[in-house]
Amino acid sequence: LIQSQPGSFISFSKILYGGKLARRGMEPDYWRLYEMMKRSRLYEEEVARLWHEGRISGEMHLGLGEEAIIAGIVSHLKEGDALALDHRGTAALLMRGVDPVTLLREMLGFPNGLCRGCGGHMHLFSPEHLASSSGIVGSAGPAAAGFGLAAQTLRPGTVAVAFFGEGAMNQGMLLESMNLAALWKLPVIFVCKDDGWAITTQPQAATRGSLGDRAAGFGLPYLEVDGRDVKPVWEAARQAIDTARVGRGPSFLHVKCVHLEGHFLGFLLLRLVRKPLAEMPAAMKPLISSLFMLGGSPFRQRLDGVRVVNAVLGATRRDARQKPSNDPLVRARKLLASEPERIRKLEASIKDEVRGIVNQALEAGAA
Amino acid sequence: MKTLQFSEAIDDALAQAMAEDPRIIVLGEDVPQLRSSLLVRFGPGRVRGTPISESAFLGAGVTAAMAGLRPVVELYMIDFVGVAMDALLNHASKVEAFSGGQWKVPLVVRAPCGGGYGDGGQHEQSLWGWLAHIPGLSVVVPSNPADAGGLMLAALLAGGPVMFLEHKLLSETFLEFLGRGGRKTVKYDVPFEGRHGRVPSRWEPLPLGKAVVRRPGDTVTLVSLGVGVHRSLQAAAMLEPEGISVGVIDLRCVAPLDKDLLCKEVSRTGRVVVVDEDYISFGLSGEIAAILMEAGIQAGYGRVCTETTIPYARRLEEQVLPNVERICKKVRKLVAQPDPEKSLPDGLISTKK
Repeated sequence: LIQSQPGSFISFSKILYGGKLARRGMEPDYWRLYEMMKRSRLYEEEVARLWHEGRISGEMHLGLGEEAIIAGIVSHLKEGDALALDHRGTAALLMRGVDPVTLLREMLGFPNGLCRGCGGHMHLFSPEHLASSSGIVGSAGPAAAGFGLAAQTLRPGTVAVAFFGEGAMNQGMLLESMNLAALWKLPVIFVCKDDGWAITTQPQAATRGSLGDRAAGFGLPYLEVDGRDVKPVWEAARQAIDTARVGRGPSFLHVKCVHLEGHFLGFLLLRLVRKPLAEMPAAMKPLISSLFMLGGSPFRQRLDGVRVVNAVLGATRRDARQKPSNDPLVRARKLLASEPERIRKLEASIKDEVRGIVNQALEAGAA
Repeated sequence: MKTLQFSEAIDDALAQAMAEDPRIIVLGEDVPQLRSSLLVRFGPGRVRGTPISESAFLGAGVTAAMAGLRPVVELYMIDFVGVAMDALLNHASKVEAFSGGQWKVPLVVRAPCGGGYGDGGQHEQSLWGWLAHIPGLSVVVPSNPADAGGLMLAALLAGGPVMFLEHKLLSETFLEFLGRGGRKTVKYDVPFEGRHGRVPSRWEPLPLGKAVVRRPGDTVTLVSLGVGVHRSLQAAAMLEPEGISVGVIDLRCVAPLDKDLLCKEVSRTGRVVVVDEDYISFGLSGEIAAILMEAGIQAGYGRVCTETTIPYARRLEEQVLPNVERICKKVRKLVAQPDPEKSLPDGLISTKK
């Protein structure tokens, strides 16, 4: 087992792979994985554009930055495997083969959407793919355990994958499901997508002990993986999924990543650091007047409060998501650099395809 | 007097109480950022962020209150109370009764509620009827800034567990955070009279369980709360030119419920329509019918409520949540019905005064 530092900032340099991973020396098809990732990226960028245009109303959590994790895991799934998704499930459904046009229509709230306009991006369901989503943090744990029980009973050899963030690791129901899955040797892969932020809260303000120790406490095999790179994710996922398929029980993958757009589109912390002149005055005015208000705690405690606010803004400014070198697409593309012409053609064809998907989704909705 | 926005008024009243009572603390997920104004005035000891562990921090809020603190526990949305329901259902609401009245739980749970901005049925529920069903819980649902601040102060002084629900369409901060996200391209049907308004410069607690008449009317009484009050007022104004005199009651609290005002108004008009954003079955709207029947008041009755899981698409959501059109339709239908007084079955005696 590999230990991570308790409450540490996300640190990619410390990540190692499990010793047995390179055992079989199988190579993934990087072209296929890159294609999945690129399609997901361009698709979600279109979703973001539609959201900014006001064609999508409420919250919008995208998987921008998670593509290597989702591709590295979902590429191993077969018919009969199940997906328990969180509020950020678009990329996983797309890569699993859900029709991209009906998926987009769902986000646009059209009656011919995937869930007839009733679910929206946080509540996406595809019975055909045994894929369900929930906006309740941590609920992917029990969902995957139940899918795993059905798999074990009805479809031996199939598995269930749970996707959740590191914030969910403090939610009781997720920890309870890890125990249940271990107890019943359920074919479940728990995938913690760790970007080091639970909305505005960093792990050092919310979590003690290490996630590896927690998994180990339930007797789950634990692999810590750099989720910026598709190769180690693919390898770790293969090991965990193979283990589950042959009836040897659940595993826990701790995969670190960056969310390029923060928690959701229009995320205030990112707006504050990206456009400080436009956003900062309105945010700071009530703070300053409150700081000097009569009545309240002694000034030293007030300054401690200011430090908390500053620390979060500072961490946002320095955050890993600001560096293009952390973008999984950039990193995956490098693996294919020896054939630039083939990359160019592939990207052009995906771009055309996504443009076609968007046009078709909008036309159908307007009709 | 000063003018404040809805959530600003709640924070303002809360800050006044916190300045006077060091036992009041605020805790919840992302609270250091969501309540940064309170954080820089009262410090991180009294304004605490929590892990995403609702059953732990809400459960802890119960005993912290029993042991002398005055916690205001925030939930991101009332929908998420599902994760931590045990703390309310089996603990906060029970301790006073179990201890023979000797031990109270002065806990306030503050949570955004309600829909109308396209977030889907797991993020837009009201649930006040479901909460008020439990003996021992008070449930507050303000409809404007002055009430919101005054009722927050009342909740802090109540001495027992109070659910304080803050409608997201009224809350400038939550609608911006969860809906608009810095965009100018989206529109929401925000009742501006509830969104900001005049508030006292020094807050006084409002009584819990006291409803108010927002608009007098002689033909039909609309009974509502939260955003529904504003939809009802709009409907009443639209029905006036048709010669239908519609009054509007703002309940402000689901529990305790102001039965006296309800009975008084409905026995005067003889017709009542409950406008309730919460689910239709086994909830507030049925409770109001039962209260009127128990009081022996014979009245024409109708209700405009949320009847299904709230759909994501704005177009569908607008139909499912109570809207002005549905309220008007229900009122017209009720007025067109024969007067209940004159159509009593044989043997029933009217109690209308």
